[in-house]
Amino acid sequence: MRVSNLCKAMSIGLISVMIGFSSVQAQDVIKVGMSAAKTGPLSGGTAVTQWPNLKLWEHTVNAKGGIKVGDKRMPVKIFEYDDRSHPTDAVKNIQRMINKDKVDFVVAPYGTGINLAVAPILAKYGYPHIAVSSITDKGDEFTKRWPNMFLTLGTSTGFAESVADVLKKMRDQGKIGNKVAVVNVADAFGIELAHVGKPALEKAGFEIVYETSYPLGTQDLAPVINGAKNAKPDAFVAFSYPPDTFALTEQAKISNLEVKAFYVGVATCFPAFEKRFGSAAQGIFGAGGINPDTPEMKAYFKSHLEVTGVAADYWASATTYASLQVLEQAIERAGTIDHPQVIKTIKNGTFDTVMGKITFDGNINRKFWTMGQWQDGVFYGVASTGLDGEKEPIIKTGWK
Amino acid sequence: MIKITKDEIRILLYMVVAVAILACLPLLDQGYILSLGLTIVMYVALCTAWVLFSGPTHYISLATAAFFGLGTYVVGIGIDVLPFPILLIIAALIGGVVSGLVGIATLRLSGVYFVIFTLGMAELIRQIVTWIQTNFTTGIGLYVLTDFSEAHIYWMLLALTVLIFITGWLINRSRLGFAMRIIGNDETVAAHVGIDSAKAKVLLFLISGAYIAVIGAILAPRFAYIEPPSAFNPMISFLVVIMSLMGGTRTLWAPLIGVVPFTLLFDMVSARFPNHSSILLGIAFLLIVYLIPDGLIGRIEGITKRFSKKKERTHE
Repeated sequence: MRVSNLCKAMSIGLISVMIGFSSVQAQDVIKVGMSAAKTGPLSGGTAVTQWPNLKLWEHTVNAKGGIKVGDKRMPVKIFEYDDRSHPTDAVKNIQRMINKDKVDFVVAPYGTGINLAVAPILAKYGYPHIAVSSITDKGDEFTKRWPNMFLTLGTSTGFAESVADVLKKMRDQGKIGNKVAVVNVADAFGIELAHVGKPALEKAGFEIVYETSYPLGTQDLAPVINGAKNAKPDAFVAFSYPPDTFALTEQAKISNLEVKAFYVGVATCFPAFEKRFGSAAQGIFGAGGINPDTPEMKAYFKSHLEVTGVAADYWASATTYASLQVLEQAIERAGTIDHPQVIKTIKNGTFDTVMGKITFDGNINRKFWTMGQWQDGVFYGVASTGLDGEKEPIIKTGWK
Repeated sequence: MIKITKDEIRILLYMVVAVAILACLPLLDQGYILSLGLTIVMYVALCTAWVLFSGPTHYISLATAAFFGLGTYVVGIGIDVLPFPILLIIAALIGGVVSGLVGIATLRLSGVYFVIFTLGMAELIRQIVTWIQTNFTTGIGLYVLTDFSEAHIYWMLLALTVLIFITGWLINRSRLGFAMRIIGNDETVAAHVGIDSAKAKVLLFLISGAYIAVIGAILAPRFAYIEPPSAFNPMISFLVVIMSLMGGTRTLWAPLIGVVPFTLLFDMVSARFPNHSSILLGIAFLLIVYLIPDGLIGRIEGITKRFSKKKERTHE
């Protein structure tokens, strides 16, 4: 009986704490809401790419007194929500932010699916929606449908075709041969890239000597690597997701897969990848990339590490931060937090960001990095759709 | 045919009134409350469909996500080719066929073996679906772009929930429902009195699976981009079990009593403590199980019983 009373008291206490935690809101702040995964399958990527950048941006903006709106500076106040990697929760969170918290701006969530799920709601309320971690080939269709939506990180076709382009260039230079092994994870993005990548490779005159797909979450990828090894390819291409990007590389190292070009998909650009494989990462290609040599990028990497305590990745991190800079500069230039005016400013302006200058053509950033390579402990962008600073790709020489 | 009692007519009237009121929700608010309402109706529909099978049989099924995902994928693959209502029917058929086959294969298992099997099955179906997508479709990505607003999806789910309730009520009145109650209480006894328990269970599992698939299909337009992590989200399976158990599984209405407070609590916790929601929910769940082991309906029944006893005593 006594234990049960204690439990009751505890639960009452718990509930009253929850209710009593109402936030005190100061005047003259810009309220910015973000709903993204803190739990569930997307939370790993979100933890690297999304949350630290919001923190860094909040820190940087508030350190200088806030965003300059007209003649006063308004600090930003952040509202965070967990979408549990689920579109339904994401929509509900956005509704809550807009209607209950009355946020002034919403930062785009993480993931192609989640971004598309919340797009109609953000369009309905007319909030600017600068999507980053949302890679799609239907960009033009979406931005026509939702004129408040902006896309920044690129298209599936861009990523897949780049692989063919870079390999073709290396072959034409006589660095690699003509045989390619192509594998992919049987999951959304992996399937999309394989559907575009294989025809592109064939069109470039490559002979696909081995191809297969494997389910997401496969623990033992030795058969995949050994199958590829037996086909004796000159290049190995895997349109993979984070867990298998690591597992395939590990297995290739163990089996000593002798290829002159080795490409694995998402997460190759994570600092954790280099940490895990050290010098064996040398020469490995992956999706994404940046130009790490610009002064803006160097300063960004430094402050990212200082403020958040973790290193930025070499791809979407910087674009995520750049999207926040675009929003900040658009508010300052418009001199108001009025949504139609801010959206208009984003559509027509050029913005100075950590990624360099960003402009939107039909609401889409058409210049993006598509492929990078680990060279001497840094992941350099080697291919893009028209950006400066593409590094010359090198061949892979062993796994030591 | 069992005669419809006065009580049942009264409940039916209450239900009509309640549904009519609930259907007006999108007219009052198109914002946060509608989103919350949609989530609640989705879980009420899922939990009720789940209780159709798991309530009388006492078999805990973790296959909800499997059927839900099947329905979502039917719409994802077919939306550009076929009209939406036909896709809902196809989803029901596929959900029914798959759950029927699974039922035939597994309902001889009982207890924890069945639970584990259904959990694994959700993953198996997810892999088969992606395998089909890899090898037999050429499209890039599964987009479901429709003009459905949240209000439309809400109304569709509400209508489906009513249908599930009516189905459940009809089953309870039928020979099948009677058989299920006997099986749930003691399967050996059921076998001895000549009930084909395997057939009855498969039939019920099939109905439940078909409904869950349709719920997934209705929600596909809200997902817009169909990918396995959201369609085959194992959290759905677990939440459905937790909410149903919180309400109680003995009657068709009981999950309703679980879903509403749980969704509100879940929402409040994640809004106030975005970084600690999992641990707080864990604590809340432990407290719920400890304080109300029979589910809320058990509590309510207990209170009404005590109340009527008191009444009797005062009459004496």
